[in-house]
Amino acid sequence: MILQAIAFYVFSTVLVGAAFMVIAARNPVHSVLFLILAFFSAAGLFVLLGAEFIAMILVVVYVGAVAVLFLFVVMMLDIDFVELRRGFLQYLPTGVVIGLIILGELLLVAGIAIVTPETAGLAAHPIPSVATRTNTGALGDILYTNYIFLFQAAGIILLIAMIGAIVLTLRSREGVKKQNISDQVNRRREDGVEKVTVRPGQGI
Amino acid sequence: MDVASGSASGDLAASLTLAYPEMLMAIGAMALLMLGVFRGNSSTRLVAWGSVAILLMAAILVLAQPNGRFVGFGDGFVVDPFAKFGKVLVYLGSAVAVIMSLGFLRSQKIERFEFPLLILFATLGMSMMVSANDLIFLYMGIELQSLALYVLAAFNRNSLRSTEAGLKYFVLGALSSGLLLYGCSLIYGFTGTTNFDVLRHVIVPGEMGLGVIFGLVFLCAGLAFKVSAVPFHMWTPDVYEGSPTPVTALFSGAPKIAAMLLFVRVLMGPFLGQDGTVVPEWQQIIIVISILSMTVGAFAAIGQTNIKRLMAYSSIGHMGYILVGVAAGTVGGVASVLIYLMIYLAMTLGVFACILSMRRKEGMVEHIEELAGLSRNQPLMAMALLVLLFSLAGMPPLAGFAAKFFVFRAAIQAELYGLAIIGLLASVVGAYYYVRIVKIMYFDEPAEPFEQPMSKSMRMVLVTSTLFILFYLVFANPLLRMTEYVAKSLFL
Repeated sequence: MILQAIAFYVFSTVLVGAAFMVIAARNPVHSVLFLILAFFSAAGLFVLLGAEFIAMILVVVYVGAVAVLFLFVVMMLDIDFVELRRGFLQYLPTGVVIGLIILGELLLVAGIAIVTPETAGLAAHPIPSVATRTNTGALGDILYTNYIFLFQAAGIILLIAMIGAIVLTLRSREGVKKQNISDQVNRRREDGVEKVTVRPGQGI
Repeated sequence: MDVASGSASGDLAASLTLAYPEMLMAIGAMALLMLGVFRGNSSTRLVAWGSVAILLMAAILVLAQPNGRFVGFGDGFVVDPFAKFGKVLVYLGSAVAVIMSLGFLRSQKIERFEFPLLILFATLGMSMMVSANDLIFLYMGIELQSLALYVLAAFNRNSLRSTEAGLKYFVLGALSSGLLLYGCSLIYGFTGTTNFDVLRHVIVPGEMGLGVIFGLVFLCAGLAFKVSAVPFHMWTPDVYEGSPTPVTALFSGAPKIAAMLLFVRVLMGPFLGQDGTVVPEWQQIIIVISILSMTVGAFAAIGQTNIKRLMAYSSIGHMGYILVGVAAGTVGGVASVLIYLMIYLAMTLGVFACILSMRRKEGMVEHIEELAGLSRNQPLMAMALLVLLFSLAGMPPLAGFAAKFFVFRAAIQAELYGLAIIGLLASVVGAYYYVRIVKIMYFDEPAEPFEQPMSKSMRMVLVTSTLFILFYLVFANPLLRMTEYVAKSLFL
C-alpha cells in the first residue's frame, strides 16, 4: 500500500512538473521531450489505477506517434518560437478562463459518477472486475465477438483511405532517371560506343 | 406466410453466416486489389469484370439466405427480406455502373484498376447500410460508402472540375456526418441504447423527450444529405456535373437506394409507434423535405443546359416523390418506395447509358443541345431515350407512371391529400423539361452525329432498361406482391 502511495506521488509530481516545463521551456525541442515525460508519467498513473490497456495505448499512440510527429514538426519547420512566445502573458487570462471551464466540466463528469453511481450499470456491456479479467482481455471479449464486423469495417475504411490517397496523389513522373541494375548490367559496348569513320579534312 | 426469425448474437459462427455476401465482397475486393497491384493498370478490365462477378455472386448469396428476420453481431446486423431486396438492387446498380465505366475510362485515359475496386468497397458500405440495425452499423456503413465515393468523384484528377467535385463532396459529406453523429449521440444519450430493436421499445411515440426529438432531427438531416433531399441537396448538381460520367451514373443509382432504404428502416424501425402508427414527430419533417425536393427538382431543372446537371435535379425531384411514400408510413407506403426505387434505378441507368454514348471525335459532350437530330442519326437510341424520358416524367403506361401512382396512392390512403396534390403539380412541371429533351431530339436542326456504334455493353444496358420500363405492366403484379411482402417484413 505504501509503495503504491509513493509511486502515485512520484508519478503525479513528475507529471505536473513536466507539464509545467512543456510551456515554460525555452527550447521547443525540450518542450516536446518534457511532453513525452508527461505522457510516461500519466501512463504510470493509469497502471496504478489498473487500466493497463489505456497506459499502453498512451505510450504507443502518444509517445510513439504523436510526440514524434511534434518533434518532426518542431525540427523541420523553421519557426521562431521565442518570437511566438513574446505575448505569453497577454494570453494568460484567456488560458486561465479556458482552463477553469475544462476543470468545471471534469468536475461535472466526476460529480455525476459520484452522485449517481447506478448510471454505470446502464452500460450495454458492464465492465468485469479487474480481479477476474484484465481489461485488455475484457475489451477483446466484445471487440472480437459482437463488434468484429465493425472492427473489420473500420479496417476496410482505413484501407480505402490508403487506396484513395494513392489514387489521388501518386503520379508516375516523366523524365525521372532511375537506377535499373539489370539495364546497367545488360548494357553492351555497342549501346554506348559508336565507331565513326572520319574522312580526312571533313570532321564529323 | 410463415416467417422464421432468430437472433445469433451470442453465437459468432451463426452471425458470420449472415454476413457471407459482405465477406465475399471484402475478401474478393482485396484479392482483386492484389491482382491489380502486381499486374498494373493493364489489368483494369480483368479487375472490373472480376468485380462484376463478385457483385453478382454476392447477389446470389443474398438470395440464397433463408427467408425471415435474423439478427447477428450483437443484434446490430439484420438480414430480412427488406435488407435482401435492397442488397440485390444495390449490387445490380453497382455492377451496371462498373460495366458502363469501362469504355469511358479508356477514352479519358484514366483507366486505373482502383476504379472498379472503389466501387466494390463502396457497395460493401451500402450493403452494411441496408442491413444496419444499430446506430453504429449505420454510421460505419455510411462512412465506408462515402469515403470510397469521395475518391471516385475526384478520380479524374487531371480535370479541375472533377477535383472540385471530390473536394466539395468530401467537405459537405464530412459536415453531414457530423450532423448525423450528433443526432446519434443525442439519441444514445437520452435512451441509453444504439440498437434499433431496443430503441423501438424505449421510445414512446407521440411523447418523445426533447432530446430524442433533437437527435431524430439531426439524424434525418444527415440521412437527407445522403439521399440529396432539399434543403440538403446543394452538393448534388456540382458533384454530378464534375464527377466522371460513370461515377455520376453510380451516384444516382446504388448509393441513393441504400441511403433511402436506410432512411426508411430508421424511421419505420425505432421511430414507429408500437401499434404501427405513424409518428407525427418525423412525419412532418419528411413531408416538408419531400415537398421542397419535389418543387426544387421540378423548377430548378428547367433552366439547365448540361444534361448531367439536369439529371441531378431530376434525381432530387425523384427523391422527393419517394419521400411521399415514406411520409405515409404504412406498409403500402414502404411498398411504393420499393417499387419506385426499382423503377428509378432502371430509368437512371438507361438514361446514363445514353449520356455515356454522347461521344464525338473530340471527346464526350454533355450539353442538351448536342442531342439535336438524334432521331435521324440514331433512331433506335432516340426511341429508347424517348421511352425513358417519358417514364421519368411519369406518362402512362410506362413504369414511371406506375411508380408515381403507387406513391401518391399511399399518400392519399394515409390522408396526406395536400402532399399528394403538390406532388402531382410538381410532376406536371417536371414533365416539361423531360419533354423538352424529346423535342430537341426529334424536332431541332440536327447537330453533328455521335460516334457510332454504341459499345456493346451500353446497348445491353439501354435495351434491358428500356424493355423493363416499356413492359413493366406485364409483370407488375408479381413485383407488387413481392414488394408488399418485403415491406411487411419491416413492420414485424
